[in-house]
Amino acid sequence: MSNENLVHVTIDGCEVCAPAGETILHAALRANIQIPRLCALGNDAGVGMCRVCVVEVKGQDALVTACNTPVAEGMEISTHGERVEASRRMSLSLILAEHGLNSTNYCFSCRKNGDCQLQAVCNALGVTEPAYPIPAQDKPHRDSNPFLEFDPNLCIRCQRCVVACNERACNHTLHTAKRGARLTIEAPFGPDWDTTGCESCGCCAAACPTGALIEKRRATYRSWEVEPTLTTCPHCGVGCQLELLVKDNRVVDTRAYHGASNKGLLCVKGRSASFDFVRSGDRLTTPLIKNHDTGEFEPASWDDALDLVARRFTELREEYGGEALAAFACSRSTDEDIYMLEKMARTAFHTNNVDNCARV
Amino acid sequence: MTNTIEDITTAADVIMLIGSNPEEAHPVMGMQMRQAVEHGTKLIVVDPRDIGLSAQADIHLKLKPGTNVAFANGMMHVIIERGLMDRDFIATRTEGYDDLAKLVADYTPERVAKICNIDERDLVAAAELYARAGAAAIVYCLGVAEHSTGTDGVKSLSNLAMLTGNYGKPGCGVNPLRGQNNVQGACDMGAQPNTLPGYQKLSDPAVRAKFSEAWMAPISEHEGLKSTEVMNAAAKGEVKGLFIFGEDPMRTDPDIGHVAHALSTLDFLVVDELFLTETAKMADVVLPGRAYAEKEGVFTNTERRVQRVRKAVEANPGTRDDIWIFTEIMRRMGYDQPHLTSAQVMDEMASLTPSYAGMSHARLDTEELRGRGLQWPCPAPDHPGTPILHVGKFSRGTGLFAPAAYRPSAELPDGEFPLVMMTGRVLAQYNACAMTGRTEGCNEIVGESFIEMNVADAAARGIADGDAVLVTSRRGQIRSRAHVSQKTNAGETWMPFHFQDGNANVLTSDALDPTCKVPEYKVCAIEVAKA
Ligand code: SF4
Ligand code: SF4
Ligand code: SF4
Ligand code: FES
Repeated sequence: MSNENLVHVTIDGCEVCAPAGETILHAALRANIQIPRLCALGNDAGVGMCRVCVVEVKGQDALVTACNTPVAEGMEISTHGERVEASRRMSLSLILAEHGLNSTNYCFSCRKNGDCQLQAVCNALGVTEPAYPIPAQDKPHRDSNPFLEFDPNLCIRCQRCVVACNERACNHTLHTAKRGARLTIEAPFGPDWDTTGCESCGCCAAACPTGALIEKRRATYRSWEVEPTLTTCPHCGVGCQLELLVKDNRVVDTRAYHGASNKGLLCVKGRSASFDFVRSGDRLTTPLIKNHDTGEFEPASWDDALDLVARRFTELREEYGGEALAAFACSRSTDEDIYMLEKMARTAFHTNNVDNCARV
Repeated sequence: MTNTIEDITTAADVIMLIGSNPEEAHPVMGMQMRQAVEHGTKLIVVDPRDIGLSAQADIHLKLKPGTNVAFANGMMHVIIERGLMDRDFIATRTEGYDDLAKLVADYTPERVAKICNIDERDLVAAAELYARAGAAAIVYCLGVAEHSTGTDGVKSLSNLAMLTGNYGKPGCGVNPLRGQNNVQGACDMGAQPNTLPGYQKLSDPAVRAKFSEAWMAPISEHEGLKSTEVMNAAAKGEVKGLFIFGEDPMRTDPDIGHVAHALSTLDFLVVDELFLTETAKMADVVLPGRAYAEKEGVFTNTERRVQRVRKAVEANPGTRDDIWIFTEIMRRMGYDQPHLTSAQVMDEMASLTPSYAGMSHARLDTEELRGRGLQWPCPAPDHPGTPILHVGKFSRGTGLFAPAAYRPSAELPDGEFPLVMMTGRVLAQYNACAMTGRTEGCNEIVGESFIEMNVADAAARGIADGDAVLVTSRRGQIRSRAHVSQKTNAGETWMPFHFQDGNANVLTSDALDPTCKVPEYKVCAIEVAKA
């Protein structure tokens, strides 16, 4: 990048070079300076709604929001200080006053409890109780979608879900609307959910900082109970990276990982249908041998089953040659499994009749 | 894929999507394509059906199913006639141009428009848009491969990309989206009758010698049978013993009646599976294997990206690791295979496979490659992998134009079966539903079979949207439900193949592409009647 396109600023006394047009927030993050924030999602400029990210710029009277204010040559920025912190606490108090805490018994019954960014930012800034009385709210939930639900009482109108649906998943089914002077989120999970064009990808829920828009799976665990394991989605060839969240040796949910192929996105199959089958009650748990008199399967020990398999394949190979045997590999299984199956066909079956379901 | 999802969706000026509905079959690719289009990438959709992306396309060529080769030849005809080809690229990097030019000379826009049932002007506009782009990527899927003329279809697309110099740079190339998550890996690993791991040719004596020595076993020089040929050989009693690892041909193969006959004729069938599938029910012995969340390993995605699969949960103790199962069978059949971990198996495979030689679990587990993996070819432990193929030169040296003439589909509609049926996938389900069908919410989104048909065809048969219907082909009959719309052209229908009730593969044709033996799923002749 040529020098004309770089601007020089200081952030908390550190000199930082930033490309023109970059936001104060991103310049700070690159210099390893954290600024608290709620409505900014990823690398996009924030919508400037929450005002938790305010910073002080020397020579300007008003505090500015770091997430959507571009850097300018010579800016002297300070990201903390009494004035900045008081303003952030005030903003949080205003947000809390609209966050229907009564509906979750003050977080106690909220499924996001412990994993809520509103809670985390309040804690970090020392907002331990609301500064204003919180009016009780009792708006109906939208929860007809099989995987997702929206509780408008908890919505802080940060619009991260809107960015996720419209600019990340690019599906344009989740919108804002105006109710009088107030902005509301029109989450497409009402009774007509199946006619909305919503793909149930859950990208909106992954973006929501609060318990307002969540995956229903959340009901089965609390965030501190699960251990993540990074893996690859088992469904299609995109190979999205995701974490399986495990509680008591059971996968209870997934979390998108920012992989090279998926950039933090997942579809409904990866996010919601990649693990129930693992613990499904109809999994086979013992070898079965068919009794040819009854036509029924009978449970067998591994030793008996493997001996029978080896004996019959050996007999057929010896009587008719390796060409009379064949093996098919599963194109959903791992490379290592497939390599070993193919090796088994060639070395033990003495055949090259080995194929996979690429064609079918 | 020759290129990556990232460069196609950020660096291409034009994307031409052929026979592919990534929004449903490869949804996260679909999301990134929508991002690209919203950021200004031009989109050409070539598909017999209205798909979500065709609404956002600059041009939608709603061509007749099974006419991709004629379409591609028509594009090349226009490009050559208007002098839009990349002469430098042709001169320095390719051979066989004259043969190609000769063949496509016959494919005038008038003729192609007639064969494909499209507007001549759209064909010319698409050719102009594609050829004039700085970087243009072709993305295709089963809609191209699953025809009895599929191999020719793929060759024609490659000709088109070479003709316009669209190889070896970001945002271009010819990019098949592989269906199942690890089809790429299964082919890479040599689960094919004519290649050993890394596409090393079985017919090459040096390759056989190398594997023979490493495995300490003779390797037969007889090229094996492809899976569809195995079924035929089994039906004739020539193949007598079959080991099936985690596939369900009773659900996914074309012409299921034939498959059932073939499997029941076998002397001995073993199935290694998670569930008692339709295929497993026919087995003599069923062995319970393990799911991806219960094992270590790698998958290779459609971008040739090798990524880790990690064990998240302990499996039921009654099941066994599949590597262990294969090893035990080898040992009991007299081949002295030691028990190895998944990481050790990968090391052995990498030592024999030049394109994977630089990979190991240890390397893939480093922080640097977390969530990124490595793209083959990756020939050495310090090699960064290869995001884009054919940079500077083709793997075979020069690119060879392989002209292909258009041939009509094997089974054409007639008086008795006047409608064409195509098959495909829907978003919330996956193949035979063995995995997705066990998530209740997916069944709620779409849990039963349906057939999409044109308003005119429905009206002619007195069928209304939502009616129960009987769908018949030369091979069988199923019940389904009619979805009546303009999504398909008159005379054409479309059906997803996921559902056991009303399984479309009872109807499909077992006509095979002569080279790669892919069944012709996309086109078969049917009749629909109100049930
Ligand atoms: S689930 Fe996906 S498509 Fe549906 S509203 Fe959320 S982001 Fe949009
Ligand atoms: S639903 Fe969540 S992400 Fe969307 S506006 Fe409300 S709080 Fe923000
Ligand atoms: S999350 Fe969706 S798009 Fe990604 S690999 Fe899985 S099935 Fe494919
Ligand atoms: S993060 Fe900047 S205003 Fe919300």
